[in-house]
Amino acid sequence: MAFTFAAFCYMLALLLTAALIFFAIWHIIAFDELKTDYKNPIDQCNTLNPLVLPEYLIHFFFCVMFFCAAEWLTLCLNLPLLAYHVWRYVISNFLHPINYETPAGSLEPAFLALGCRYMSRPVMSCPGLYDPTTIMNADILAYCQKEGWCKLAFYLLSFFYYLYGYVFHFRICPSC
Amino acid sequence: MSTAGFNSQNGTGTGQTYANGPSQNPVALQQLPGVSYSMTHQPIYNPMQAKAPSPPGPGPYPSAPYQPVPPVSSYQPGPPLTSYPSSLGQPLLPRPPLSGPPSHTPPQSASPSPGPRMPPAQATPPPPAVSSSSYYPNPQQPMAPAWQYNTAPPPMGPPTSISAPPRGPVANHVNPAASLAEPRPPSSAPYSTAPPPRVSQSVTQPPGPGMPPTSMLGYSQPGTAPPPMNPMVPNAYQPGRAAYGPPPTGPPPIMKPAPPPTGPPVASATPPPPKGDGAVAGNGPQASNSYNHVDNKMAGLAQPGPPGRHLGHYPSLPPGYQNTSAPHGTSSMHPAMQAATQPYTQAPQPYQQPPGGPGPAQLSPSLAAMSLQSSTPEALRVVNLLQERNLLPPTPVPAPTPCLPQDLQKINCNPEVFRCTLTSIPQTQSLLNKAKMPLGLLLHPFKDLSQLPVVTSSTIVRCRSCRTYINPFVSFLDQRRWKCNLCYRVNDVPEEFMYNPVSRSYGEPHKRPEVQNATIEFIAPSEYMLRPPQPAVYLFVLDVSHNAVETGYLNVFCQSLLDNINALPGDSRTKVGFITFDSTIHFYNLQEGLSQPQMLIVSDIEDIFLPTPDSLLVNLNECKELVQDLLKSLPTLFGKTMETQSALGSALQAAFKLLSPTGGRMSVFQTQLPNLGVGALQSREDPNQRASAKDIQHLSPATDFYKKLALDCSGQQVAVDLFLLSAQYCDLASLGCISRYSAGSVYYYPSYHHQHSPAQVERFQKDLKRYLTRKIGFEAVMRIRCTKGLSIHTFHGNFFVRSTDLLSLPNVNPDAGFAVQMSIEDNLDDMQVVSFQAALLYTSSKGERRIRVHTLCLPVVNSLSDIFSGADVQAMTGLLACMAVDRSVTASLSDARDAMTNAAIDSLTSYRQSVLTVQQPGLLAPACLRLFPLYILALLKQKAFRTGTSTRLDERVFAMCQLKYQPLLYAMLMIHPALYRIDDLTDEGALNINERTIPQPRVLQLSVEKLSREGAFLMDTGTVMYLWIGRNCHPNFLTQVLGVPNYAAVPENLHLLPELDTAESQRTRAFIGWLRDQRPFYPSLHVIRDESQLKANFMQNMIEDRTASALSYYEFLLHLQQQISK
Repeated sequence: MAFTFAAFCYMLALLLTAALIFFAIWHIIAFDELKTDYKNPIDQCNTLNPLVLPEYLIHFFFCVMFFCAAEWLTLCLNLPLLAYHVWRYVISNFLHPINYETPAGSLEPAFLALGCRYMSRPVMSCPGLYDPTTIMNADILAYCQKEGWCKLAFYLLSFFYYLYGYVFHFRICPSC
Repeated sequence: MSTAGFNSQNGTGTGQTYANGPSQNPVALQQLPGVSYSMTHQPIYNPMQAKAPSPPGPGPYPSAPYQPVPPVSSYQPGPPLTSYPSSLGQPLLPRPPLSGPPSHTPPQSASPSPGPRMPPAQATPPPPAVSSSSYYPNPQQPMAPAWQYNTAPPPMGPPTSISAPPRGPVANHVNPAASLAEPRPPSSAPYSTAPPPRVSQSVTQPPGPGMPPTSMLGYSQPGTAPPPMNPMVPNAYQPGRAAYGPPPTGPPPIMKPAPPPTGPPVASATPPPPKGDGAVAGNGPQASNSYNHVDNKMAGLAQPGPPGRHLGHYPSLPPGYQNTSAPHGTSSMHPAMQAATQPYTQAPQPYQQPPGGPGPAQLSPSLAAMSLQSSTPEALRVVNLLQERNLLPPTPVPAPTPCLPQDLQKINCNPEVFRCTLTSIPQTQSLLNKAKMPLGLLLHPFKDLSQLPVVTSSTIVRCRSCRTYINPFVSFLDQRRWKCNLCYRVNDVPEEFMYNPVSRSYGEPHKRPEVQNATIEFIAPSEYMLRPPQPAVYLFVLDVSHNAVETGYLNVFCQSLLDNINALPGDSRTKVGFITFDSTIHFYNLQEGLSQPQMLIVSDIEDIFLPTPDSLLVNLNECKELVQDLLKSLPTLFGKTMETQSALGSALQAAFKLLSPTGGRMSVFQTQLPNLGVGALQSREDPNQRASAKDIQHLSPATDFYKKLALDCSGQQVAVDLFLLSAQYCDLASLGCISRYSAGSVYYYPSYHHQHSPAQVERFQKDLKRYLTRKIGFEAVMRIRCTKGLSIHTFHGNFFVRSTDLLSLPNVNPDAGFAVQMSIEDNLDDMQVVSFQAALLYTSSKGERRIRVHTLCLPVVNSLSDIFSGADVQAMTGLLACMAVDRSVTASLSDARDAMTNAAIDSLTSYRQSVLTVQQPGLLAPACLRLFPLYILALLKQKAFRTGTSTRLDERVFAMCQLKYQPLLYAMLMIHPALYRIDDLTDEGALNINERTIPQPRVLQLSVEKLSREGAFLMDTGTVMYLWIGRNCHPNFLTQVLGVPNYAAVPENLHLLPELDTAESQRTRAFIGWLRDQRPFYPSLHVIRDESQLKANFMQNMIEDRTASALSYYEFLLHLQQQISK
């Protein structure tokens, strides 16, 4: 068989990752627009929120595919992001907040710890992560932007990795 | 009427506008007389400042208590007493009329060494002077000796003239002033610039930020009033500030074309020596006197005579603590002490230590070190918190003054409107992190102002790149070009701007009102309108379920609205509407032509619709009779209702639909948990957990329904104000969102009942009156700009943040405060000063589009010690409180509490490590932060953040809302209430406002030790006042003020003082009335006895004392010290 299930997984992941890259770019642009006052946060959140779950589900979906294909290394590479998604969307709500106490004398002033921690999902009746009332907070904006860039980098790297994986599996199998 | 004073119509008069350009309306122009154009001085608004002139001393540290120290006392132990009439109930010296004869008034006599050195004229004070001193057989005598004494020590030179001026009823000081004039050193020249009527004051009154002469004068002689917009910086004050100005390391700000002489500090004006001598020499004898000084907390420092001070120590303190006042310690402390008494004049002292002063030889080694320390500005004077017990100034704490060149400082924004936690901005973020103090702004942008220049102009001059409004801190490169102070772009001066409507001259752009006033209002041209200015629209949404009818609030509401219906701000377009709801929604058709209001009931609450879209909101003027009919019949209409459910969510949706085409204000009255339809809530509070729970749950909303609705409202320019009158849990945490994000306000009357809680009813009535009649701005936005390099981190308050620096405020009201956390993004290396500008664009109730602009300018510094010396402890506390509220909601309450404690630890640690050069044992703080631990402790014990005490969840959440929403002035009262002893009020040092004499008792520390059974004490917590009557209270007070024969006859639920025709009663009522007049809301008064239920509330505010669940102040300090030395 020239075309194994693993190769199929890689191919699928390749396509989906391309989609995720677009999601990440969209995300980055959206937050940049917010920062530069181009868009109203309410509109922006309304467009961003519906994209959050699809992104997470797509990623989850090909993680499951890799699991089925027994591609353990690839799965391991993806697990941290999967865990992050679960944490971001579900767990951080229920986790008892970490005590941010900064020891006296440390460089970070305690009052910074007094700032809000909006990283947990706000009380929302619709799916999504972003709350228009808190999103303009400088910390959150910075966090979301950073998150976008990191994800973009991750998806880009994994895109090439999947490409390699796809070619590798496609090539190897004929010989077996 | 507490509210009366607040309805100021700022700038609405036509006479107040500036015409721009030659072609303007000549009438308007003629009304502008020179400088004082268009400013009307309304005395009512001078809140805290006004209080300043309290009897004993000028500054936050009165010099009076201090004065006894000097040798005087050795001759004449008596005189000092006169300044404090404390212990006896006897009325002291009647306050002489301001305009009275030039002879001085008693308080002066008690005062300082310096003044006294006056000619004989002084030496013969009028007899009536002193009555209080129990020590003296002859009450009349004490005065004279004091003066005699004063003449005794000749060596104290003329220079002292300024340093220790007496400050009672200052205006009478003519003689001293004259005599002083001669010896005055040249450098003090600025004093002489004071306008003639004020001369006496400016000379005799020690410059203290809090009590500018102007503010006092403002009351007594409104006409003569002071430099526009800057009551804080009266002339008299400047010299001191100048000295303080050039920080040791900081570069002198040079921004204006003509930098003022900062240098030749008035140093010469404050010669410490006399006092130093006094302290050392006079200590012994002093001790015997200290009995009377018990109340003078400041005095405790200066003249802590060992034997006498039975009040001076904590109830259960380690011995070391109590000993602090040993004569030796204090005497050597002295230089520092002196500093305390004169915060601003003191600075020069170090440079000029005269030979006669207490030499180091006289000081113990550690104190010698201290005196070295004191060669820094007053704000940095080292205070050992563990030793100095009496840190609380007797008068409200004034805002620190940024050290800017005088001409900038003079026009800087009023600190009540705009202030910063650090009046010296650090150059870099890393420096800020090192200082470990929060950087932020506190704003009260729509405050009712007594003087507000209004400019009408077809072009509003703004920077072309950053859109900053032209302000006093821009620089003019030449006549035709100005440089923006925020982005540094060079802009052209438009032709019209060259003409100055005030002086009617051409070619002086820098004399325009825009460039002369840090707070100014523009009438905006049509470019500033997205749509035609909206009319004033008021919609009232009333709960009429069984529960609501039970509370009886409808009567009060309808009556208030009937009374004030003509006072609602608005014009001929004003519209009103009413919706009532229980399990159904009732609309009222008030269309013109109907004979009576028509009620339309919509029971489909799942899918709400408007039965007749166009006749529910009607023009008030056209349909006034119908509206009045409705208001008269409403209370009875639902008298028999048995409906217990409440469909608040649907009612809000309906109201939103009704208002969304125009925008406006929605006032919602709710008395129970909404339990039907959309937005229904469940009770989340477990009463048993109130006290025991380690962490408080449910501070965040249960549903986002209200938040989403609020955002929709915000988008349609609708603000929702929530009145919550309920005995049960209402989930304010969820309901409050409706106001929070739509820039509304929340009022909460726990356990409101028309019969059972008369005090609440009264408060509700007064609040409503204020609410209905206060100024209002519609469809507003506020943008906060700051100099390049700074950026806004977080906003606090009620609004929706529309972009990084823009707040959307569907309504803005004069009682709303905002806080802004700032961060430093780029280094501010090459800047001397930075500026912040808040611009509020709103539609007035008359349909005018207006822009109110406030600009604040602050110096940039690059050393930690300068940052510390500029810290504004009240602003920091206010900002930390806002941050802590956020943190409690998003993380947990215990987190927030820890973080607040850490904030105190951090800043003090940083101070100790980075600024202090000489390490000493103890908990050291710079003088400007000396109250920081106290305020932090007060926050920890505040209703919002306390643990271990049973607190209803709604009350806690409400306290949190208040902390974020109240302007700093009022928030500080909530955090640290003021305690006064009022059974012995005297007219000494009293204010005189509108022919009324307002006594000014001193602020006491919040500790049971300050209470005495013989007295009566008033605690002012902002929204509530408690009048605690001691068991053995002087019968005189009971009969003359309360009108009861004895203690047992004091009624249980007294909340009104009887209007008796006695001097004591008048004084007491004048004082309480004056406190109430200063704030927009109405504090209810509760008279409590020892066994009253409310006593617990009263005692909970004794924040310096230990409670079952919280540390005492001293223990808290020890905790801090332990953490710091770790």
